[in-house]
Amino acid sequence: MRLFKDTLARKTMFVLAFIPGLIVLLMLFGLFLKARPILADKPFFSLLFSSAWAPSRGEFGLFPFIMGTLWVTFVALIMAVPVSLLAAIYLSEYAPRFIREFTKPVIDLLAGLPSVIYGVWGVLLIVPFVSQLLAPLFGAQSSGYSILAGGLVLAIMIFPTIISVCLEVFFSIPYEMRETSLSLGATKWETVRHVVLKKGRQGIIAAVVLGLSRAFGETMAVLMVVGNIPRVPKSVFDGGYPLPALIANNYGEMMSVPLYDSALMLAAGVLLLVILFFNILARFVLIRVERSAE
Amino acid sequence: MTLPLTRRRFIQRKIEESVFKVLMAASMFIVIGCLLLIVGTMIWKGLPALNLAMVTQTPKGGYYLGREGGILNAIMGSLYLASGATLLSLIFSLPVVLFINLYTRKNSRLAELTRFSFDVLWGIPSIVYGAFGFIIMMFLGLRASLLAGIVTVALVEFPIMSRAMDEVIRMVPRPLLDASYSLGATKLETALKVVIRQCLPGILTAVLIAFGRGIGDAASVLFTAGFTDRLPTSLFQPAATLPLAIFFQLGTPFPEVQQRAYASAAVLTAMILLISLLARGLVKKSTKHIIK
Amino acid sequence: MEIKSHISIQSLSVFFGQQRVLKDITIDIPDKKITVIIGPSGCGKTTLLKSLNRLLDPLDGVKVSGKIFVDGEDIYDPKIEVTHIRKKMGLLSQRPQALPMSIYDNVAYGPRIHGHKDKKRLDKIVAHHLQLAGLWDEVKDRLGEPASRLSVGQQQRLCLARGLAVEPEIILGDEPTSALDPQSSQNVERRLAELKKDYTVIVVTHILRQAKRIADYIAFLYLGELVEHGPAQTIFSNPTDPRTRAYLTGEIS
Repeated sequence: MRLFKDTLARKTMFVLAFIPGLIVLLMLFGLFLKARPILADKPFFSLLFSSAWAPSRGEFGLFPFIMGTLWVTFVALIMAVPVSLLAAIYLSEYAPRFIREFTKPVIDLLAGLPSVIYGVWGVLLIVPFVSQLLAPLFGAQSSGYSILAGGLVLAIMIFPTIISVCLEVFFSIPYEMRETSLSLGATKWETVRHVVLKKGRQGIIAAVVLGLSRAFGETMAVLMVVGNIPRVPKSVFDGGYPLPALIANNYGEMMSVPLYDSALMLAAGVLLLVILFFNILARFVLIRVERSAE
Repeated sequence: MTLPLTRRRFIQRKIEESVFKVLMAASMFIVIGCLLLIVGTMIWKGLPALNLAMVTQTPKGGYYLGREGGILNAIMGSLYLASGATLLSLIFSLPVVLFINLYTRKNSRLAELTRFSFDVLWGIPSIVYGAFGFIIMMFLGLRASLLAGIVTVALVEFPIMSRAMDEVIRMVPRPLLDASYSLGATKLETALKVVIRQCLPGILTAVLIAFGRGIGDAASVLFTAGFTDRLPTSLFQPAATLPLAIFFQLGTPFPEVQQRAYASAAVLTAMILLISLLARGLVKKSTKHIIK
Repeated sequence: MEIKSHISIQSLSVFFGQQRVLKDITIDIPDKKITVIIGPSGCGKTTLLKSLNRLLDPLDGVKVSGKIFVDGEDIYDPKIEVTHIRKKMGLLSQRPQALPMSIYDNVAYGPRIHGHKDKKRLDKIVAHHLQLAGLWDEVKDRLGEPASRLSVGQQQRLCLARGLAVEPEIILGDEPTSALDPQSSQNVERRLAELKKDYTVIVVTHILRQAKRIADYIAFLYLGELVEHGPAQTIFSNPTDPRTRAYLTGEIS
């Protein structure tokens, strides 16, 4: 009887273990199935590169939204990567234990704060910051609801991602390597530059890619501060309209306009594909980094 | 052949190190400062508008225009939804994680593949889960409802919970498992009686982390759970959620309602902080049965 | 034997947290000779070695008391610059740890850090020290390859070359041959014997036979205490302390 339960459990679990992989496939399948109508109507590339967005007229050019996503992600990365990398280096190589312990919950909390909270905070603090402080500084006019605001909020949201992956990478580098460099008379910083950063280079890139892919898909917080203007942005002080925001904002109307829902599903599918691509790439790199450390 | 240790080069190296030390300090300041700023702002803006009515009443007529009511619908809705989703996710998560840790050979391809899938699923944004959840809803003929929300959020929580659980269960020392097997226990018995007990704090932490995500996530429930001003009464009716309540209240042109949005945000922040603290506390606390 | 001392250790004690790992060590290390520190594993030999080039500094919870004089300067004096001290000491670790760069860059790492930029000068330095370490002939055609591709024995010699390239005065060896096959071990031992003409060498080992082969001076460390030290001949033939005798005859290990 015991053996029977054990075998039954084993067989059930075996089947269940395929579920994660299955889900990914199902998602891709489902989204693109729903996107078929619009793909049948218009060629894929015209949808991607057209700027004409007028759903009621049947025009579904996704280009402004793709650009919006790219702009906001780019701004976020420029700000997040240096800060995260430096913080990770500090935590891994310089910080005394109590600072490291103290910062762990901080990073976990930043990671755990819901998107809406970032959004509310963005509206409260970042939007006025952009419109009243930053824009005038650069001689631009801005309502504050801008790519810059979106990028700033996103940057903070991806700090934990980049920092924690970088920390894992640094941790996998054997201490003896650092010792060797120090024993040759190098300073700590020189050791960081020539040993830690060099050995960890691939892992750091993977961390950045994971941060990028997180920024790509982030919805609520960005939606609340980015302005939602369906045009290709001309400057960081302009409003933008990233893909996730597009999907989120319009699901209500999408059933009432022909092909709208299909277009949005296509957008979601494209988003999924891009994110999958980046994620899988980064994960492969990280697996290799882990393997070489063993 | 002697190396000249020039004074100049030496000072150069020192300066370089100092510059970067300053930059590192600035970065740490930014990271920690942001958290404090965010939580601080939420509390500072939200607390004044928070009163008992907010958390004990549902929105009455005209709530979004400025009249009375509270967000009890959203609080309860979120609690029900997150609980349901977390439970549903747990039902699938625990067996799968136990399987890849106990029932597979070392370095098994299936385990690798599954772990890889977890990582990949973990990186998928919740808006995509929302869209997918919507498709499933249509497929099953469901309307926007608590059930649809639960299923979708369970999908979101699944990789989060699994990864966190996997981290803990992997750590079970091999000798402990061997001790159980050598007493004649089957793998199932070992899993249920030894592993779960040993990893209980870690498992609970994983559940809590996932739960926290379930409460706070908006993009996945946007399409699927709908919204309502009433308390959740049935699985097949739309349910309000806290994140969406915040979003909608913030979107009105009335300052009083926007104030309430801040208050709601403070409530949500407080919930997340609480869950975080609990999770941390669990990690630190060793129950008496754990073997190191 | 006329012993001129290069390093003078006085009342050195090292604490790991509450535990006292090295107890009040006082010894003069003779100049340009091979001093071998022997003793059972885990009794502080490596700690003693690491205290010489201040590699204990970055570790959490470690406290060092006492003084170590090298060429008359106390290396633990807070006014002294740590990288200056470390440059004087070359460390050869137990397991060769190649830096994540090419063979050439490994050897050139130290000199580059300390200011050498001229390519021709660096080429000469790299070649010279690879020859000193006995590795030149095997790698001269592939200096650009990653150092990780070398065999363990070759990597250890690479580490020797790398350590010598910073022109230390003192060579520290932490069980330098224990990870190597007999052939490579012999090789390294031979190198060390040649090097003592110009450098003071301090080697830690738990292989008594190795100590007998290469040592000019012996220090016996047991449970963190410096039990006995003196010229190798004397210690091996006539140890005064019963513990030393017990270790040499294999009773304790």
